[in-house]
Amino acid sequence: MSTLKTENLKQYLTPFHIVVGIILLLGGFVTILRFTKGLGAVTNLTDNYPWGLWISFDLLCGVALAAGGYTTSAACYVFGLKRFHSAVRPAILTAFLGYALVVFALHYDVGRPWRLPYPFFVQSGPTSVLFEVGLCVFLYLITLFIEWVPAALEWLGIRKPRDIIVKATLALTIFGVVLSTMHQSSLGALFLIAPSKMHPLWYSSFIPLFFFVSSIAAGLSMVIFESTLSHHYLHDKMDETYLKEHDGVTYGFAKGAAMVLVLYFFIKVVGVALDNSWSYLLTGYGAWFLVELLGFVALPAFLYAIAVREKNLTLIRWTAVLTVLGIVLNRFNVSLVAFNWHLPPEMRYFPRWHEFVISIFVVTIGILVFRFIASRMPIFYEHPDFREHEPVELEEHELKPHPQTWGH
Amino acid sequence: MQRRTFLGLLGAAGMGAAVSTTAQAAGVKHFEGYPDSYGVLFDATRCIGCRSCEAGCNQVNGLPAPAKPFDDLGVLDKKRRTDAQTFTVVNRFDQIPGVAGAVFRKDQCQHCLEPACASACFVAAFTKTPQGAVIWDESVCVGCRYCMIACPFEIPTYEYNEPLTPRVMKCHMCHPHITTGKLTVPGCVGACPTEALVYGKRKDLLAVARQRFAAFPNRYLNHIYGEREMGGTNWLYISGVPFKYIGLREDLGVTPAPELTSGALAVVPIISAAWPVLLTGIYAINKRREKIATEEKKEAVKEALAKAKAQAKEELDKALAKAEAEKKSAIEREVKKALEEAAKAKAEAEAGAGQTEEGE
Repeated sequence: MSTLKTENLKQYLTPFHIVVGIILLLGGFVTILRFTKGLGAVTNLTDNYPWGLWISFDLLCGVALAAGGYTTSAACYVFGLKRFHSAVRPAILTAFLGYALVVFALHYDVGRPWRLPYPFFVQSGPTSVLFEVGLCVFLYLITLFIEWVPAALEWLGIRKPRDIIVKATLALTIFGVVLSTMHQSSLGALFLIAPSKMHPLWYSSFIPLFFFVSSIAAGLSMVIFESTLSHHYLHDKMDETYLKEHDGVTYGFAKGAAMVLVLYFFIKVVGVALDNSWSYLLTGYGAWFLVELLGFVALPAFLYAIAVREKNLTLIRWTAVLTVLGIVLNRFNVSLVAFNWHLPPEMRYFPRWHEFVISIFVVTIGILVFRFIASRMPIFYEHPDFREHEPVELEEHELKPHPQTWGH
Repeated sequence: MQRRTFLGLLGAAGMGAAVSTTAQAAGVKHFEGYPDSYGVLFDATRCIGCRSCEAGCNQVNGLPAPAKPFDDLGVLDKKRRTDAQTFTVVNRFDQIPGVAGAVFRKDQCQHCLEPACASACFVAAFTKTPQGAVIWDESVCVGCRYCMIACPFEIPTYEYNEPLTPRVMKCHMCHPHITTGKLTVPGCVGACPTEALVYGKRKDLLAVARQRFAAFPNRYLNHIYGEREMGGTNWLYISGVPFKYIGLREDLGVTPAPELTSGALAVVPIISAAWPVLLTGIYAINKRREKIATEEKKEAVKEALAKAKAQAKEELDKALAKAEAEKKSAIEREVKKALEEAAKAKAEAEAGAGQTEEGE
């Protein structure tokens, strides 16, 4: 009896579970602290730095990195690149969870989280860029939920509502692209109102365009990055079609990301030229700007191009990581480094460990929920009862995991 | 409410690209502030840094007592800013080129004619009152702190240690006290012993400032800070030293904060109008291309089939013809053979008959 118990325990005490357990415990602790003692007890925010890590990472990076949803579905359904079809569901799921977690994380940051719907239902401030961001994120979260629901309904075996939603795919995709264009760019536009607080190299009237274009590169790279991880950990949940299309998706997205990064590089240079900020390039901030622009925009563009030409999947995957890091770096540079650059060093902000804990906590929850859903619902495979086309080879059935299989 | 409508119109009027200058170009309207709004004129040449204004503000607003009393001037050794318990601070500025002693300046909300905080607030918690004050409404504030990001004067503060009901705290020019009749002038103005602060209608204050410039041309710089900065403010400053030496930024420009974002906001409705049409168009083009491709494929298959069929038919016909010919020749051969046999038989029969006749 007791040996059985210890064996059971051993089975659960994997390194993964231990790390997750520690993160969840710490996260719970900081959560309690936040809602009993206030932001002052868990953050280094000041009156000069009202926005810290939770806005920079959880909101700005979170939304940019969840851009895979609209880029993938637009590529497949609007631009007619049907060979990306098997990549749509994982991308939609990631985007949905990403946005849900953005909203979840905001509950820590804002003073009175239960008032988050106030701008839409109580009193609106339509002159605010944040109102636009909020409205779009709110609507897009609903859109992503609807786009994700068919997977859940197939899992539950409910056909009728699922068929109705699937029929609305194109409309939902277009709605999603419209909303994403608006709020991805508006996240950059948030900083337009504070030219006196921003370093001129990062402040530009084109910052909304920079944010939008870079979000496409981020979305494409995240799809590549995630599919690499999923391949590793959720391989048994993938069907023949997914596996067959996977390399094609990777090459296609890498090619797309290379082109978008080149576009992003050029408009960033034009931004410097228009504001005639060249002289700042010779300062310390200029060096840092060049690190971002050359090391995390130009370099990944070049590496993607090389990797696609040479059909080098490993290089593509590492370049995707580099691109994602570059977008994160950009969002940090805009919201933390360039912001308040005029303040003396002792007044600058660096996050407290509690802030890191909550950000890691939020990402961990995302990974857990993704794993829970992807190992149960038809995300990486087409549900045999709901396929669009009859399978060509019937023996494929044998390889497919049954939806009722309980993973891990 | 009126103001909000106006800002909305400004935003809607600023069509075109995300360039900040388009908002003004779209209309002939230019908001110059509420005509009879009130403000305060601060004269840096009169301020002695006694912190009486801080004490007055603290008292009328019932703010918590500070760690060090207001008559302790030692706190001036460090530059301070407003915080959640302090709506106004006085700072001392030493080592100003060409000035022997120190110069003091009071800091608080500037009460912009077109406030950045009000334009940035997504629940419209801030109101620019026709009386001049910028006030904040606790009943709708979500606590996002975008107002603090937006304010170019770094004024709004936040109660970081309140877990569930943090407020944004800032000077309201004693608007609630003056409208209820509790005060006739703001607490700080009433407490000032040197008349460094004057409360009055903004247009009168501008006139007072100019009179002082005229009366003492050597004492003042000929500039009223706040007349045009950030589109104009209801709090005005005059000074004998350049404003940058007393902590007022000279690089803020004269563009009202709402105009900085109105261009980008104006793109939003354009995107929501244009994108669906454009994307549906792209979809339709791809769909059509796909349809044409399938049709062409079908056509090609059909053609190939027809060709194959024709070829097959030709071959069949040939074979048939050949078979027919063979059949014909076979028949002919058979007929010929039959005829020959018949002739032979006949000949034999005839020969046989001759023999029997002979035998008879």
